Amino acid sequence: MVNPYVIHPATIVEKIREAEDITTYRLQLVDVEAQRRFRFKAGQFNMVYLFGVGEVAISIVSDPDEPELLDHTIRAVGRTTKAIAALQPGDALGIRGPFGAGWPLEEAKGRNIVIVTGGLGCAPVVGAIEYIFRRREEYGSVKILHGVKTPHDLLYRERFDAWRRHPDTEVLLTSDQPDKTWRYHVGVVTELFEQVSIDPEKSMVLMCGPEIMMRLGVPILMRRGIPATAMYVSLERHMECGIGLCGHCQMGPYFLCKDGPVMRYDRVEQWLGRAGV
Amino acid sequence: MPMVSQSCGVLPRVDLQRLLDALSAEGYRVVGPTVREGSVVWETISSVSELPIGWRDQQEPGRYRLEQTGSQELFGVVHGPQSLKPFVFAPREPLLQITRRQDGFTTSPTLPQPERVAVIGARACDLAGLVIQDRIFMNETYRDPYYATRREGLFVIAVNCTRALATCFCASMETGPRAQRGYDLAVTEVDEQLLVESGSEAGRDILSTILVPAASDELISAAASSIHACAQSQIRRLDHSRLPQALYEAHEHPRWDDVAGRCLACTNCTMVCPTCFCHTVEETPDLSHQHAAHARLWDSCFTQEHGYIHGKNIRPTIKDRYRMWLTHKLASWIDQFGTSGCVGCGRCITWCPVGIDVTEELSALLTPDVQPPLALQHKDGP
Repeated sequence: MVNPYVIHPATIVEKIREAEDITTYRLQLVDVEAQRRFRFKAGQFNMVYLFGVGEVAISIVSDPDEPELLDHTIRAVGRTTKAIAALQPGDALGIRGPFGAGWPLEEAKGRNIVIVTGGLGCAPVVGAIEYIFRRREEYGSVKILHGVKTPHDLLYRERFDAWRRHPDTEVLLTSDQPDKTWRYHVGVVTELFEQVSIDPEKSMVLMCGPEIMMRLGVPILMRRGIPATAMYVSLERHMECGIGLCGHCQMGPYFLCKDGPVMRYDRVEQWLGRAGV
Repeated sequence: MPMVSQSCGVLPRVDLQRLLDALSAEGYRVVGPTVREGSVVWETISSVSELPIGWRDQQEPGRYRLEQTGSQELFGVVHGPQSLKPFVFAPREPLLQITRRQDGFTTSPTLPQPERVAVIGARACDLAGLVIQDRIFMNETYRDPYYATRREGLFVIAVNCTRALATCFCASMETGPRAQRGYDLAVTEVDEQLLVESGSEAGRDILSTILVPAASDELISAAASSIHACAQSQIRRLDHSRLPQALYEAHEHPRWDDVAGRCLACTNCTMVCPTCFCHTVEETPDLSHQHAAHARLWDSCFTQEHGYIHGKNIRPTIKDRYRMWLTHKLASWIDQFGTSGCVGCGRCITWCPVGIDVTEELSALLTPDVQPPLALQHKDGP
């Protein structure tokens, strides 16, 4: 009988500072057999565990083609994440996972990809971008539209720069509270839609970030002819078990840890924006 | 149905001890309802005399009272706050014992010791709740090892209801008052006789060891008419015919504000509910910080923390939480598990300190809100 609660020890191989309170932890499973078995899809998450403290649900941001090293970008905001922030390379964490449904990257083959992200919300889609660029010729054009509040919130700067260099790829950044150093667009991410051409019949949209961004952004894209069935969103709720059992991550009839976190937009349209759902 | 009549016996009330003894001989720990602190709770029993003989419960919104009638009735108390849930989905289930080591830690699952437990006195609503919990914890894609271990050792002797409480509405939920499935034995108390029917192989085996005579047709039909009368006498009902959709559509109904003004978010309804399954996971290190116990505990969607994610709460108000609970229980549960999450036991009505009645709330929520004309809303009193 498989016990989904069993936690596998993992070593922090590297800590990459992304911002003042945000760090990417590169983890390696200690057990060789667990390491060999661990395969994930971009958009899935792990329950990351710290001995004596507990677990938190964190997206895997690294490339699914390199499952030996698992990157998790964590903002130190809660009891567990603050305790994790004190750890150093060589220290131990634990992993349960991977859980949930990832991005539909097989279905997306041959199509143009529009990625719309906001804030730290871009973490769940980073692995998808890496996956696509590793198979660049299998996908159409790629447009990455990313919005942050302030320039300090722009994580993965080098990655954005690297992505920009791929053929047939546009990377547009915006900040709605810029400083003097900001050389990109000023405003919210939905304003970037006006700066790109999108072929509504050939495109698939991957979106993650604040729900308000999805609620405002999707109707604009729909008016441009993109069907709701070609848009995917990664949603966030409190998660404790990862297997649709603890009840916290419900959104309407869905358990987002199991049915999501990536959901096709038309399935969640009626729940997004409902108070208390 | 020849199977049923073959496995239908009669046991004089005074002989119930033979059944308890037979269960003990088979290695079961026998658990039954016992009176404690003005209510009944499940306790390990060895003798029929420990059952709440002659007691009856009166339940109303926010009120539970036991009274002694002086009769020899064994199963006059319909139910206490506990359903069968604690036997299978433990209020606190240790999951793992984690030990720190040089290169990290080791985890060992702490599965419960397999134990054979025979519960006597479960009601049809409790069994319906058990069947629903089975579907949650042991389905095609997932079999919870902790739940499954407890479930496998459980033997249920249901008691068919012949008396309805004011809070009962199982008839309208089609879950009772006759135990439908999931029981090993079902008992109907008809005066001094107990009609005993088996519902499983294990039930038949036990019944065969105590050699009960076949029940007469008269007894079978007397039991059936008592159960039927019990259903007829239920004064509450829940109309689920338009669910789930009608409740989804009632998301903005003003009744939510009304009920939120009464609800204390005390979590009682979720604690007594036979089907609520929310739980939280807790990590408790020992003082040496070398060992930690990793356990799951019942949680409730009425707590502040239930909808909390880094810096924001999805359901900050009691209105949000009551709506979450009721909408999940009566509507989204159907989408998730193909069944309502409510079995009509009425416990959430009884044990609500302010007597919020789920049937009344649903009926108000499904009644289109007719706003009085604006001019009348702020009319001053006489």
